[in-house]
Amino acid sequence: MNLVRRNDLVMLVFGLVLFAVLQGLMEEGIIGSFWKLNLMLIGINIIMSVSLNLINGYTGQFSLGHAGFMAVGAYVGVVLTTNFHLPFLAALLAGGAAAGLLGFLIGLPTLRLRGDYLAIATLGLGEIIRIVIMNIEYVGGAAGFRNIPHYTNFAWVFFVMLFALFFIKNFVNSSHGRACIAIRENEIAAEAMGVNTTKYKVMAFTIGAAFAGVAGGLFAHNYYIISPASFTFMQSFIFLIMVVLGGLGSITGGIAGAFFVTFISAALANWPEYRMIIFALLLILLMFYRPQGLFGYVEITNMGIFRKILKRGGAA
Amino acid sequence: MNFSKKGLRLAGALLGTMLMGSVFAGCGGGNEAKSDEIKIGANFEMTGNVANYGNATLEGLKLAIKEANDAGGVNGKKISLVEVDNKSEASESVNAATKLISDDKVKLIVGPAVTANVIAESQVATDNKIPVLAPDATSPAVTVENGQVKDFIFRSCFIDPQQGDVMAKFAIDKLKAKTAVVYIDNSSDYSKSLGQVFKEKFEAAGGKVVMQEAFLQKDQDFKAALTKIKTANADVIFIPAYYEEVGKIVKQARELGITQPLLGTDGWDDFKVADIAGVDALNNTFFSTHYSDKDESVKAFIDAFTKEYNHAPNVFAALGYDAGKLLVDAIKRAGSDDPVKIKDAIAATKELQVGTGIITMDKNHNPIKQAVILENKGGDRVMVAKIMPEAE
Amino acid sequence: MEFSQQLMQQLINGISLGSIYALIALGYTMIYGIIKLINFAHGDIYMVGAYIGFFAITQANVSIFPALLISMVVTGLLGMLVEKLAYKPLRHAPRISILITAIGVSFFLEYASMYFVSPTPRTFPEVMGNVAFHVGDLVINGQQLLILGITVVLMVILTYIVQRTKLGKAMRAASFDTETAQLMGVNADQVISFTFIIGSALAAVAGVLVGVYYNSIDPLMGIMPGLKAFVAAVLGGIGILPGAVVGGLVLGVIEALVSGFISSTFRDAAAFAILILVLLFKPSGLFGKNTNEKV
Repeated sequence: MNLVRRNDLVMLVFGLVLFAVLQGLMEEGIIGSFWKLNLMLIGINIIMSVSLNLINGYTGQFSLGHAGFMAVGAYVGVVLTTNFHLPFLAALLAGGAAAGLLGFLIGLPTLRLRGDYLAIATLGLGEIIRIVIMNIEYVGGAAGFRNIPHYTNFAWVFFVMLFALFFIKNFVNSSHGRACIAIRENEIAAEAMGVNTTKYKVMAFTIGAAFAGVAGGLFAHNYYIISPASFTFMQSFIFLIMVVLGGLGSITGGIAGAFFVTFISAALANWPEYRMIIFALLLILLMFYRPQGLFGYVEITNMGIFRKILKRGGAA
Repeated sequence: MNFSKKGLRLAGALLGTMLMGSVFAGCGGGNEAKSDEIKIGANFEMTGNVANYGNATLEGLKLAIKEANDAGGVNGKKISLVEVDNKSEASESVNAATKLISDDKVKLIVGPAVTANVIAESQVATDNKIPVLAPDATSPAVTVENGQVKDFIFRSCFIDPQQGDVMAKFAIDKLKAKTAVVYIDNSSDYSKSLGQVFKEKFEAAGGKVVMQEAFLQKDQDFKAALTKIKTANADVIFIPAYYEEVGKIVKQARELGITQPLLGTDGWDDFKVADIAGVDALNNTFFSTHYSDKDESVKAFIDAFTKEYNHAPNVFAALGYDAGKLLVDAIKRAGSDDPVKIKDAIAATKELQVGTGIITMDKNHNPIKQAVILENKGGDRVMVAKIMPEAE
Repeated sequence: MEFSQQLMQQLINGISLGSIYALIALGYTMIYGIIKLINFAHGDIYMVGAYIGFFAITQANVSIFPALLISMVVTGLLGMLVEKLAYKPLRHAPRISILITAIGVSFFLEYASMYFVSPTPRTFPEVMGNVAFHVGDLVINGQQLLILGITVVLMVILTYIVQRTKLGKAMRAASFDTETAQLMGVNADQVISFTFIIGSALAAVAGVLVGVYYNSIDPLMGIMPGLKAFVAAVLGGIGILPGAVVGGLVLGVIEALVSGFISSTFRDAAAFAILILVLLFKPSGLFGKNTNEKV
């Protein structure tokens, strides 16, 4: 237990320093608005990829509908702030709760499915969510929801992201998380060892969906307008790419994947005609050389300098 | 743990490359504008669902800029166009506009093509006092929202109510229609708002809309809905949509034996419609648009465009060209590349000859512009009406 | 038109739409059957097939059947190439990495095509006469019948190949257990290559026929039909040839009925909802066998 706490503390300090440095660079204008916007997008995408990693990487359930949950959180959030003038935090929490609830209701029956069948079912559910939103005139239908107050700033994104990272990290390291990993490794064996597989699969799915909803709220309040076109199954693919590129079952990997994908997309903005071609080739090449993702199952805390710190903790 | 070492090295190498990339990107973008050029941003749909509309508009815009530069530039400076892709998505449109404003330091943004994407970037542009000129976003909400004119946002095409009104009156007066079906593209603001205006005006003039049906962008097969529409047996069918879907709808409607006149809007204005639907199927269809290609005054534009790109312009290209003409004129009159002065000059645009007609900017930042109604007849397009709007 | 007639017409519409899904799903399901890969690039292979047919007709001035053949050969080779270059090196990697590679290939084909042929849609010239048959108020299109006919014939031929020929036996063996099959003298690489050639050639047939029938092709045309074909394959029981055809037809009919009697805008949602319901009650699809998982 001691080890975990020390580790948490190191990371927290590191996070605060990073925030201070980035915020300072922004205020000095060294990081311009475009890269500031992209840093915020990276933060939001980190929440998405780490929460998807909980479902796909740690619990081994192949979900392809993450953009749908993001959409639920985004729309619930903007309705609450724009039409009911609720505070931002309440809207974020409500969006997360709504997405989590939906994840629970959907997860309960569908998580019985395995592998590719679960993938296509969740993809379908994501699309159903999007199509239903598109047909609700109250939220603007296909044209989108307008006049959203601009609440999201770098601090909001950063601290919500930090919270998500700590929450998911500690969940994974808890007995619940161990049960999830057992399910990934061998579902039948886990069941035989007395793990209530349905319970843990649904739990991971619900938590993942809830964080996707919160990320959706952050995303929506950053862009003045949201439309169902931002939450297609293609977007779910992108989140999956982040997770796999970074490393399934690694929080560090989820961060790296989100960073890498968002960054590449922004850096190639000046070459629109080649951007997607280069992105596709990079994707294929990376899979060749690192099929297990950049980090595999490894965490940065198990490497290099961090290992030294941990060793001392472990010996104690 | 050699595994993790390798991972760390690779991750390190990647991170290094990315940081290098960011430095380069920063340098490339952050450059202050050279004093002999005026930077204009083009924020368009170059990939994604509506890439063909964004790219076509951009072609027209580029031609207008090229002509201006070949003629010696504006105020002694060349215009340089910075192009950014918004992936046909509202949030990406905000990213693209932010990049243009903060990294490239553009003085004006042209685009995007689609209403939702223009609305998305409006706030960023307004906050930074950079004018936006939307070449083909026809929804009223682009320039006016909640009764407030958006100071920095303009468009260079006519607005939906004008077209919807024109077609409703045409259906009642010329085609003697009493009943109509409205068949809209539910994924497009443009289509939805036109459908609504048509219904209001058509019913106000004594007609009745007996059925409303919807489809989605990129649909291939429309037969199910068309079978249903056929049962309504209405006098006309109004289909405000873009040419790709329109071509297929017309073809499949005729195959199912729907013989009534089909009506449309400027989204129909592309020769692809005839290619997709076939000449015979396209007979007995009417649509409103910005110009007739037989009009002498647009001939110059069509010739220049065909020479440049080896294919005829469609309506998006024409509107992109108009936007280019308008902005060149405005910068000239502003006599400076100060964004606020350019904004004021755009607002003061008066009786300017652009590619497809003459435009004057009204107080709502919408141009007052002619509309024409064309009939498709035996592979040809015949102008059946020309409507000059009254200033508000 | 009376209700019963409208219903009949919608069934006709649905079957004709479904036969296209079925044609794409056949290739999808074959490839899945052999390497258990959701080949997300399959829809884009179909798009490439359509473009090759288009260029054969417009540039080389051939008629429809040679164009179909050219497209099948070229697209088949492209499919093989994709497998050799992109999937084969990852055969022993986690399955999800191959899946991501497939998404990468899909993006690559879409945007490389967009770069080379521009995003503007192309239209086929009139290459195939079209007749409409009228039965009372019902309209049946000759091209629709042709597509359905070709789908059924191809399904029968494929089933014959898979069930009765030596190659088919090798395919089934490799699908069941690649390593053991290899030990038994099956050249798994060759078998997998063949499967990709056949699957991609089938996609090419679908691409050209759709191009002629709907008369419009564009670089992103493969995304939705590809996804629908996958849904069809899963609906029928993935890996099973007749399942793919039945799944495709069922999907087409559902879409037509929902569009015709409820609303087009809920069409895709209804298709996915029914897929999920079928999976919940019969997790391996309509034609799939439920297998018990081994411990």
